[in-house]
Amino acid sequence: MSSETQLKRTPLYESHRRLGARLVEFGGWEMPVQYDGILAEHNAVRADCGMFDISHMGEVRIQGPLALAFLNHLLTNDPVKLGVGQGQYNLMCNERGGTVDDLYAYRIGEKEYLLIINASRIEADVPHIRQVAQTFLAGRSAADLQIENCSDYTGAIAVQGPRSAAVMDALLPRVSAEVKRNRIVWKSLVGENVLVARTGYTGEDGFELVTPAEAAEAVWDLLLKQDVKPCGLGARDTLRTEMCYPLYGHELDEDTSAIEAGLGKFVALGKMTFVGKEHLQRQALSGTSKTLVAFRMSSRSAPPRPHYPLAVGGKTVGEVTSGTQSPSLGVGIGMGYVPPICAAGGQALEVEIRGKRFPAEIVTKPIYRKNG
Amino acid sequence: MNIPTDLKYTESHEWVKLGKNNETATIGLTDFAQEELTDIVYLDLPKVGNEIEATTECAVVESVKAASDIYAPLSGKVIEVNQAVLDDPALVNEDAFGKGWLFKIKLADPTELEELLSDSDYEEILSEKERPDDDEDEDK
Repeated sequence: MSSETQLKRTPLYESHRRLGARLVEFGGWEMPVQYDGILAEHNAVRADCGMFDISHMGEVRIQGPLALAFLNHLLTNDPVKLGVGQGQYNLMCNERGGTVDDLYAYRIGEKEYLLIINASRIEADVPHIRQVAQTFLAGRSAADLQIENCSDYTGAIAVQGPRSAAVMDALLPRVSAEVKRNRIVWKSLVGENVLVARTGYTGEDGFELVTPAEAAEAVWDLLLKQDVKPCGLGARDTLRTEMCYPLYGHELDEDTSAIEAGLGKFVALGKMTFVGKEHLQRQALSGTSKTLVAFRMSSRSAPPRPHYPLAVGGKTVGEVTSGTQSPSLGVGIGMGYVPPICAAGGQALEVEIRGKRFPAEIVTKPIYRKNG
Repeated sequence: MNIPTDLKYTESHEWVKLGKNNETATIGLTDFAQEELTDIVYLDLPKVGNEIEATTECAVVESVKAASDIYAPLSGKVIEVNQAVLDDPALVNEDAFGKGWLFKIKLADPTELEELLSDSDYEEILSEKERPDDDEDEDK
């Protein structure tokens, strides 16, 4: 994305300005990185309730009698398992097994699915989906598969934290009992049809609300009235890093596979076929040259940052993909790719920070666990 | 914005408090700097005995989001480092002009003092920064 390109704004842009947000460029969008401060926002999500504007994320609707068969071919996980109102984490591969995007697939109707994709990948994903569809449809009726990119007229808000169920129940009575983890329902809110999903990217209980763009601000204001703390991308990043959730462009890219990223449980190798299967299967059987590890610094140091070298026994073996000071743990944490031989839990690692190496230890994911 | 009148300043948002006879100087980050940086979680400061050179990087301040350089306002030898901010970097956010001081130096070249900004010069720089529609060039 060139810097001359006009940045896109979400339907909540004016709200962010009013709230005094600090706005930054993210994947071509002008987004709030923080309002109050990353630590305060992070802690609100861990201890109470926070909300994020995720309207920049992409939404693609897949409908028709062939929708399920197509998704089964497009995605790594097993959408056949999805009942109406259920969601599932998925990856979408290229023919080389590299990752085009990671996404959530929801079944929102009998023959209707919603894919929530990364903002920075909308322009890569939509052509990829259409191209895979073209091959898939050979000899079949195109009318049986509709693909619609709804990103431009869809808003989305994530409500996250231990109080989010109570907050949502105040907006929609008993919705928290109805919508269990990974489920999604249609609800009427602020006079509009809104999708309410019990999902998130923070490791806390939470909901994601998908709204028509013009309704996003009214929903945001309702949440503000419930004292939900507005949180920016800064806290979103520290929260997901503590949970070791991958971020496209950091842990995942077109040359990195789900197997290398440690996401094998979201790859249904038992399926007959799907795009990239041969490569993922081979990697699952014979191993990979790199594997994603999580680590924490052994002592006080500057926080690890993306692209800092990782070393074992004095030799550089990889680099940091995501790193930060963990607000929950008060220590530097991160993820990075290393050769599998260096990847055992408890193994010592060194992070090179400004020319000096600092000791770290490989830990099992997630780095942060609630209640210890 | 808090800008004490008994201090000198740099365009890169450090403050300088001169000691007796202008022989030593205490150096810190301004309130504006700490607010821009937000939650400070780590400081890499020079060690006692290090020589630092005016306008070059001499320390690094790390917020949750990013690492930023601190520039030496003056040349000299480091004679004291604030151990309290190393132990608790949030002191810079809480009290940038007081408990959040960073280190002290013995001045190498007092003529460099002429290059520093007065409080009113610094205030002017900040007011230019805060003009509306001039805030869209922030780093990620």
